[in-house]
Amino acid sequence: MSATTDEVLPIRESDDVVRVRQAVRVRAVAAGLGLVDQTKIVTAASELARNTLDYGLGGTARIETFTGSPERGVRLTFADNGPGIPDLERALTDGYTTGGGLGLGLSGARRLCNEFEIDSVVGQGTRITIARWK
Amino acid sequence: MDRIPILKLGRALLVSIQVDIHDRLAKALEEDLSERIVATGARGVMIDISGLEIVDSFMGRMLDNIAAVSRLLDADTVVVGMRPAVAITLVELGLSLTGVKTALNVERGMALIGSGQYEEFDGDDAPEGGDERNDG
Repeated sequence: MSATTDEVLPIRESDDVVRVRQAVRVRAVAAGLGLVDQTKIVTAASELARNTLDYGLGGTARIETFTGSPERGVRLTFADNGPGIPDLERALTDGYTTGGGLGLGLSGARRLCNEFEIDSVVGQGTRITIARWK
Repeated sequence: MDRIPILKLGRALLVSIQVDIHDRLAKALEEDLSERIVATGARGVMIDISGLEIVDSFMGRMLDNIAAVSRLLDADTVVVGMRPAVAITLVELGLSLTGVKTALNVERGMALIGSGQYEEFDGDDAPEGGDERNDG
């Protein structure tokens, strides 16, 4: 499996979340994902990009397209240097939020992807990698 | 675009979200709609989301909030035109929008919020047809 495209987008303001969604959509189409898979990865990207902005105090989204057999798809990495997540298990529970949201961002994004990895260090930041393939 | 336009049709307010909007614009719509409901005495609100490629938890919460606020202000809300892939994704995300009425298209949406309201409306810009009152 090899990465064929690679781009990194900043997430600093609300408009950047929209840009990330749009870029992910373009990559998902290029990777040959079907409409439902596209919608799932774009929705997951939207949740995580917003988290990066609201909780991580800004960061970046890296978008990779991979082609290979049998899998073709999109892999996204959201990284921030924010406060980190003290209790990962709780943060991944439906309905748990420290902000004003519904608490579905992380747990929902995980359900929408084939691959979900989270790495967070308190005081240093959070890195989340997700992928969706067909 | 600073604001999403809100149209008035009879006693209903119509909103069509045609582009991918950022969070602040979504919040602004929530506030604008509440004000317009009170200002116009609207009994129904129809939100067309057929242009939306995704609905995430933020947008879902906004739709839920609009429905709840409208209800308190004596207006029914119906969301129309959700794409099938969006519906599948929303359910998997964990959001089934139980507080929001939905209809497949604008025509059915109008029938839902239009039911029982036109006979008391004496304006000359009444919407044509639509109210078949076959729900009883």
